[in-house]
Amino acid sequence: MSSLKFDVAVIGGGPAGLAAALSARTAGAKDVLVIERDRELGGILQQCIHNGFGLHRFHEELTGPTYSGRFIRQVKADAGITVWEDTLVLEVRNDKTIWAINPQQGLIGITAKAVVFAMGCRERTRGAIRIPGLRPAGIFTAGAAQRMVNMEGYITGKKIVVLGSGDIGLIMARRMTLEGAKVQAVVELLPYSNGLTRNVVQCLEDFGIPLHLSHTVSFIHGKDKITGVTVAAVDQDRNIIPGTEFELDCDCLLLSVGLIPENELSRGIVDLDGLTSGPTVNQYRQTSYDGFFAAGNVVHVHDLVDFVSEEGDIAGKFAALYAQGKLPTATNVVAVKAGQGIRTVVPQRISWPDSSGKVRLFMRAQEPAVRVKLKIAAGEDVLVERQLPIARPGEMIVVDVPFDKIPDCTQEISVTLQAVQGGGLRE
Amino acid sequence: MNNQEQKASKRLTCIVCPMSCVGEVEIADNQIVRMVGFTCKRGQEYAKNEVTAPKRVLTTTIRISKGVLPLLPVVSQTPLPKEKIIECARCLANITVKAPVREGDAVYKDILGLGVDMIASRDIEAVGK
Ligand SMILES: Cc1cc2nc3c(=O)[nH]c(=O)nc-3n(C[C@H](O)[C@H](O)[C@H](O)COP(=O)(O)OP(=O)(O)OC[C@H]3O[C@@H](n4cnc5c(N)ncnc54)[C@H](O)[C@@H]3O)c2cc1C
Ligand code: SF4
Repeated sequence: MSSLKFDVAVIGGGPAGLAAALSARTAGAKDVLVIERDRELGGILQQCIHNGFGLHRFHEELTGPTYSGRFIRQVKADAGITVWEDTLVLEVRNDKTIWAINPQQGLIGITAKAVVFAMGCRERTRGAIRIPGLRPAGIFTAGAAQRMVNMEGYITGKKIVVLGSGDIGLIMARRMTLEGAKVQAVVELLPYSNGLTRNVVQCLEDFGIPLHLSHTVSFIHGKDKITGVTVAAVDQDRNIIPGTEFELDCDCLLLSVGLIPENELSRGIVDLDGLTSGPTVNQYRQTSYDGFFAAGNVVHVHDLVDFVSEEGDIAGKFAALYAQGKLPTATNVVAVKAGQGIRTVVPQRISWPDSSGKVRLFMRAQEPAVRVKLKIAAGEDVLVERQLPIARPGEMIVVDVPFDKIPDCTQEISVTLQAVQGGGLRE
Repeated sequence: MNNQEQKASKRLTCIVCPMSCVGEVEIADNQIVRMVGFTCKRGQEYAKNEVTAPKRVLTTTIRISKGVLPLLPVVSQTPLPKEKIIECARCLANITVKAPVREGDAVYKDILGLGVDMIASRDIEAVGK
């Protein structure tokens, strides 16, 4: 067993963790450790071989591996960053001791002055949505199938049904088609797809794959191996409408039914937000417990990796300042609350004193709507008001609040989304 | 000249911005004669390309031998004609390259004679390196 000390320890080597490690170094951390359980750095992006990453950050459309490759090279070139791959963090204690394990070193105890959580998220499984039927082989989460097809060289089936029409489900429908499988349909519980229109067009319409909105899989057939599914329409309350059932043959069901921030390690140390399922953070991505920071999908599920990297930059910088004793303790804390029309907002707190000049808020709308007004206010004081031509729960709303506009005696800032004339819910 | 006028109209969704306008393009004699529903210039340009010469970037994998992974992700250097996408994917299913490969390497040149190279989108080291 070995024991080691670092200024900043980053748990998770995906885009959030890589950006955090680099910015911690820029902000003066002498030694930074990145711990990754996979055999290589890069996180989920290594399996996202499609393009569309990096438009904000690099102004070009990169594939997932190309995007993460740019960060991996920088991290590996920095002698002040230690990388442990194939290393699983088992436990983190509130005195910032980290217990990890790998085949070379065995059990390792590390202490850090600051810790950045960057463990990403995991997918909801069949158990989480309780579809009736037996337990045949052939049911995968879309992300697991993506890894098998794109990295490991296995195909999960030849006749496929996809449940869930978020971007991952849509992209996998196209991917399986290109690999020679027949995608029977994509089935979506909600009356709209949460994926980008671009993906609905280029992943489904291009290949003539049917999308059944307001439908769900009501039964899984097959005993040892899946043989098909029953699909049924649902009403407004998401209850199955009797008599609408139809059957689809398949040898594989891909579930793309939501992502949950992976907080097994942080739970118990820091406060979690019931709606995002991630730690509550302030504008520095500092959690409720001093010296613990968080970034990326562990905080809230992002749709654009560019914002994940940006969050990593922030968390890494302030973790480094904390480790050097340069982050002042908060003299005043303002709560940021999601009001009418808004489901989640990050950060959930703003701390004084501030050194960032502006606070960037990331919000998700409750429901899709056209022509809405986003209002960020402290009581009667309107800090930011903006008309949005469209709001969709699948796309984060990003707005900067200039710090000097926030009244210094305020306790709470609220964010609301209201329909303006001629607007409202989308058809 | 073709005096039998070929008229067809196509509904499509614009993907240029999140507004996702749905519009219609009418074509007669391979010419766009009418276009409605696309509310801005960028959208009209998109719709025009989409009905005359739709193109897509192809991302897929190629087998790689002696690499730390069995598959190499690749991307087409420029967008390919949409109707050739499946054919290109099938063609790449029969190819094997050898590790090591560097991101940016043109691993398969001039796919189906379309003048477009397939580019490795990551590094893959050789085993035992
Ligand atoms: C399947 C999928 C498809 C996506 N497609 C797109 C897309 O097309 N375009 C786009 O812009 N965004 C996409 N995203 C979103 C974007 O890629 C992610 O938001 C981003 O990769 C998240 O980065 P991250 O660093 O927070 O998490 P991750 O990339 O998930 O990295 C977390 C890392 O932490 C490691 N880890 C977790 N627990 C431990 C532990 N206990 N010990 C050690 N290591 C640990 C994991 O192995 C992993 O490598 C997709 C996300 C998913 C899940
Ligand atoms: S037509 Fe213009 S406004 Fe409408 S979706 Fe396309 S780019 Fe956006």
